[in-house]
Amino acid sequence: MTAKELKVIIGLEVHVQLTSLKTKLFCPTPANYRESPPNTHVCPVCLGLPGVLPVVNRKAVEYAIAVAKALNCEISDKLIFVRKHYFYPDLPKNYQISQYIGPGFTSIAKNGYVTIYVQGKKKIVRIRRINIEEDPGRIIYIGSIETSPYSLIDYNRSGVALLEIVTEPDMENPKEARAFVEKLIAILEYLGVTNPELEGAFRVDANISFEGYGRVEIKNIGSVKDVERALTYEIVRQRRIIEQGGKIERETRHWDPEKGITVPLRVKEVEEDYRYFPDPDLPPLRMSREFIEKIIKSMPELPDERIERFMKQYNLDEYRATVLVLIKWLADFFEETAKMYNDYKKLADLLITDFLRWVHEYNLSPSAIKATPTHIAKLLSLWDKGILTSKMVKELLPRIVLEGLDIEKYVETTGYVRITDRSYLHKIVEEVMNENPKAVKDALSNPKAINYIVGLVMKKTNGKADPQIVKNIIEEMLNKLREGS
Amino acid sequence: MSIVGGISLNTPVYRLVEEFRTDPSKIFNYLDMIYKNIDRVESKVKAFITIVPQETLYSYVEALLKEQKERISSMRLLGVPIAVKDNISTKGIRTTCASRMLESYIPPYNATVIERIIREGGLIIGKTNMDEFAMGSTTETSAFFPTRNPWDLSRVPGGSSGGSAAALVAGEAPLALGSDTGGSIRNPAAFCGIYGLKPTYGLVSRYGLIAYASSMDQIGPMARNTIDLALMLSVIAGHDPHDSTSLPAPPKDYVMALKELDSKEPKLKIGIIKELFEVAEEEVRKVALKAVDMLCSYHECTTISLPYRTEVVAAYYIIAMAEASSNLARFDGVRYGLKVSFENRGWRDVYTEVRTKGFGYEVKKRIALGTYVLSVGYRDMYYIRALKFRRILKETFDSIFKNVDAVISPTMPILPPRLGEFAKDPIKMYMADINTVIANLIGAPAISIPVGFYNNLPIAVQLMSKPLTEDILLYLSLQLERRTGLKDLIAEVP
Repeated sequence: MTAKELKVIIGLEVHVQLTSLKTKLFCPTPANYRESPPNTHVCPVCLGLPGVLPVVNRKAVEYAIAVAKALNCEISDKLIFVRKHYFYPDLPKNYQISQYIGPGFTSIAKNGYVTIYVQGKKKIVRIRRINIEEDPGRIIYIGSIETSPYSLIDYNRSGVALLEIVTEPDMENPKEARAFVEKLIAILEYLGVTNPELEGAFRVDANISFEGYGRVEIKNIGSVKDVERALTYEIVRQRRIIEQGGKIERETRHWDPEKGITVPLRVKEVEEDYRYFPDPDLPPLRMSREFIEKIIKSMPELPDERIERFMKQYNLDEYRATVLVLIKWLADFFEETAKMYNDYKKLADLLITDFLRWVHEYNLSPSAIKATPTHIAKLLSLWDKGILTSKMVKELLPRIVLEGLDIEKYVETTGYVRITDRSYLHKIVEEVMNENPKAVKDALSNPKAINYIVGLVMKKTNGKADPQIVKNIIEEMLNKLREGS
Repeated sequence: MSIVGGISLNTPVYRLVEEFRTDPSKIFNYLDMIYKNIDRVESKVKAFITIVPQETLYSYVEALLKEQKERISSMRLLGVPIAVKDNISTKGIRTTCASRMLESYIPPYNATVIERIIREGGLIIGKTNMDEFAMGSTTETSAFFPTRNPWDLSRVPGGSSGGSAAALVAGEAPLALGSDTGGSIRNPAAFCGIYGLKPTYGLVSRYGLIAYASSMDQIGPMARNTIDLALMLSVIAGHDPHDSTSLPAPPKDYVMALKELDSKEPKLKIGIIKELFEVAEEEVRKVALKAVDMLCSYHECTTISLPYRTEVVAAYYIIAMAEASSNLARFDGVRYGLKVSFENRGWRDVYTEVRTKGFGYEVKKRIALGTYVLSVGYRDMYYIRALKFRRILKETFDSIFKNVDAVISPTMPILPPRLGEFAKDPIKMYMADINTVIANLIGAPAISIPVGFYNNLPIAVQLMSKPLTEDILLYLSLQLERRTGLKDLIAEVP
C-alpha cells in the first residue's frame, strides 16, 4: 500500500479559556489579564505562594456544564479536581489543578459528539471528555524558542479557567479538523462563555498519524486557519517519510505559524506519569440534578438549532444557513437586516460572499465594521429597484463596510445611478457601433455577439448603463441595419 | 517568680485579658516580663526562629490602643503575646517552615487564623521552631537548630510544633499556635507538659498554613490550661470562605460551652483503648492509667479493642508522604525561596540545585517516598490501599463513637527522648506516632492533657471524640486539670 492510500487519523485537544468569567478559576483575581503589564495581574493563590488554597469559581462550573450539554455529553454528578504533576516554570505550584478519569475521580463530562459539515457531507466527531482546569502562566521567548538566550515568565494568565475538550480520533483530513474547530468555537460563542477573538483564548493540540504509524502531537496551533495549515504540512511531511520507507517517530512538534512548518519539540519515549490524585484542597462537590437542569434550561439557542430555524424561517438551504450561523455576528447581522429586507436568499448570498470577503480583506473585527443592517437593506433595495447595477453594488460595498457609506445619500448627491435614459443611451450605442464596425458585422450574423457590444457600452458608461435597455437599443439598431441593407 | 500588678509569668491568659481590658498599660509591664524571660532562657531552649523585637510590639500595641480604642474592651486576646509555629503565614514576618528553602521568605499575606488573632487584639511575638516542613516528631529536623525540652535540656520537646510547646512551658509566651498532621500539636504538648488540641478537620481554616499533608493538616491551640485552650479555639475556629475544606460551622464560644458542661457535669462514656496502653512504656502506662482512674471514678468506662497497629502508621505515612510530594513541588526557587544563579542554565539545573540545597534529609526522603507511592505501577499497592484502610479505620471509629463519647490512650507511648536518639532509629520514631495519627486519619478532634511526671519528665493522655465535639474534650480536660493540679506550669530552666 502506498502512503497515498493510507488513512489519516486526527484527534484534537482544544483548550478554551472561559473569557466571559469575571475572575480566575480558583481565586478572586480578575480574569481579564490581557491589558496588564507582566506579573501585575496576580494574587497569592494564582502565584502558588506557600499556604494558599483554591476555591472553585462557581460560574466556571456552570459554564462547563452548559458546554458539556451543548456538546451532547454525559455530565458527571460530582465535581472532582485532581492534581496533575509536572515541573515546568510556567506552572507556579508545579502541579496543575485539572480533572481526569481514573479510580475515584472523573471529568465533569464525557462521551459527547459534534456534527460537522464538510463539502456538503455531514459527519459526527465524538467528544471523549471535557475537563475544567487552570491555565498556566506564559513563557516569553526572545525571538524563537530555539534561539532565545533566556526566557521570561508572565504569571498574569496563571489560574485562568480553561476547558480542555478532547475528541476521539474521528477526523480524516485537515478540512474536517478545521470544520470541527469552527463548529466548536461557534458553539462556545453562542453560549457566551468565550470570546474567540481574544489572543490565546483558544489553543489547539492536534494528534495526527497515518494508520499503522507513530502518532505525532502538534502543539501551539492558535487559529482556525492554522489547524488546517499545520495538519496539511504535517501530512505532507509524514507521507514523504513513509514513501521513503522511513519510520514516523512518536514525538511532540511545535507549529511555527510564521514559517508555516512544524519543528520537533521532544521525543515521547514513555507516557509521562503525572501522578494524578484527587486534590485534597478541593473536596468533591455534588452537583444535583436540579442544579444541572437549571443551567441547561437557561441555555441560549445553539448553532444546530439556529441552522434549522434559518432553513425554516428564511427558507435558506442548509449550506447558506450553516455558513451564516457558524459566524455568530454574521448570523445576527443577517437577522437584523432580514427585518427590513425580505429577499433572504439574495441577502444571505451578499453577506456570505462579497460582504464577508471585504471584512476579511480589511481584517476587521465585527465591532469595527461600519456597515449596519440598515445600510445593507438599503443597498439591496436600490439594487432591486434597478437604481444600482450588480457591478455598482460590488463597487460600493467596500466603502459601506469600511466607512458606513450612506448609500441613498450617496446616490442622490453624486448621481451615481444606473443610466436608464433611452435617448442618452441611444447616443452612446450609436457611438460605440460606429467605432466598432467589425463587432457590428459579427453581431448581425451571430446574436450572441451582441453581448460584446453591450460590454463596450457598459465600459464607456463606467458600468452605469442599464444593460437590458442597452441590449434592446442595440437589437433595434441592428434590425434597422438589416432592414436598410 | 515576680508578680507585678497582680500579673506574673504564669498568669492564665483569660486572667491577663481581664487585667489588660481594665488597665491597658499593664500590657507593657507584661511584655517587659516576657522579653526579660526570653533573654534569660531562649539561648538555652531555642524555641523561636524569629522573635519580633520588643520595640516593634511596643509600638504595635500603642497604635492598637489608640486606633481601636472603642473595640479593645471586647477584644478576646487583647495584649496577649502569641507564639506562632513557623509554618503559618504572617504578613511581613519571615515564615521559614524551619527550612533553608524558605529561610528569607516573607509572606505578603496573613493566614486566616492570624487575621482572627489580630482582630481580637492578639500580638504575634515570634515564630517558633519546628521540624522542617513539619516532618518529624522531635524538632530536630529543623534546618537551623534543635529546640530543647525546658524540663530537661538534653531531651527533645517533641514535634513538630516543638518550638511552640517549649516557648509555653519556658514562659516565653502564654499562648501558642501549632499545626497537627499526625500528632504535631499533641506530641510536643505531651513532652512539654502543656495542653494541646487538634481540632476536627475543617474546623479551623488552613488558609495560610504551609501544607504538609492537606487532608490531615489542622492548625490548633496550645496553652498552659484548659480554659486558655478553649479561648484560643474560640478565636480561630469557624468557617472560612478561603478554605474549601472548611466546615460550615458557625463561630462558637468554647469557653462558654466548657463552663456550661462543667456546671452540668454530665456523666459520659469513655472507651479505654487497650492496645494503645499496651504499646506504651511502663512508666508512661502507669501514670496514664492513674488519669484513667480519675476519669472513671466519675464517668462510665469500658475497655475497647483496636485490631490495627502497624497498618495505622503505614497508612498514615503513605498518605502524608504522597500529599507532601505534591505540596512541596512548588518550592523551585523561581518566585520565592532559596535563590541560586539562573545565568546560562536550564530550568532543570536550577530546580535541581534549589531542591538539593533547600531541603533537608527527612524532607527529601518523604518527597521521594511520596512520589514513589503515587507512581503508576505502585499507587494501587500503596496509596490506594492506604486510602482503603483509612476508610476502614474511619468506619471502625464511627461505630466506636456510637457507644462511647470519647476514647482515651497515652498521647505518646514513650517519654521525651534525648536529642539524637530517634535519628538512629527512624522506624521507632514513626511507630511512636501510633496513638496520635488516628485522629488525623479519621478527621476527629483530639486533645493532649498533662497528667503526671516521671523523673521530672511530663506524661500526658490523649482524649479523642467524634467530629465537632471539642467541647466534650475540653470538659474532660478541665476535670483532669482540677484533679491533677497540673496547670500553668513553667519549667525551671537552669
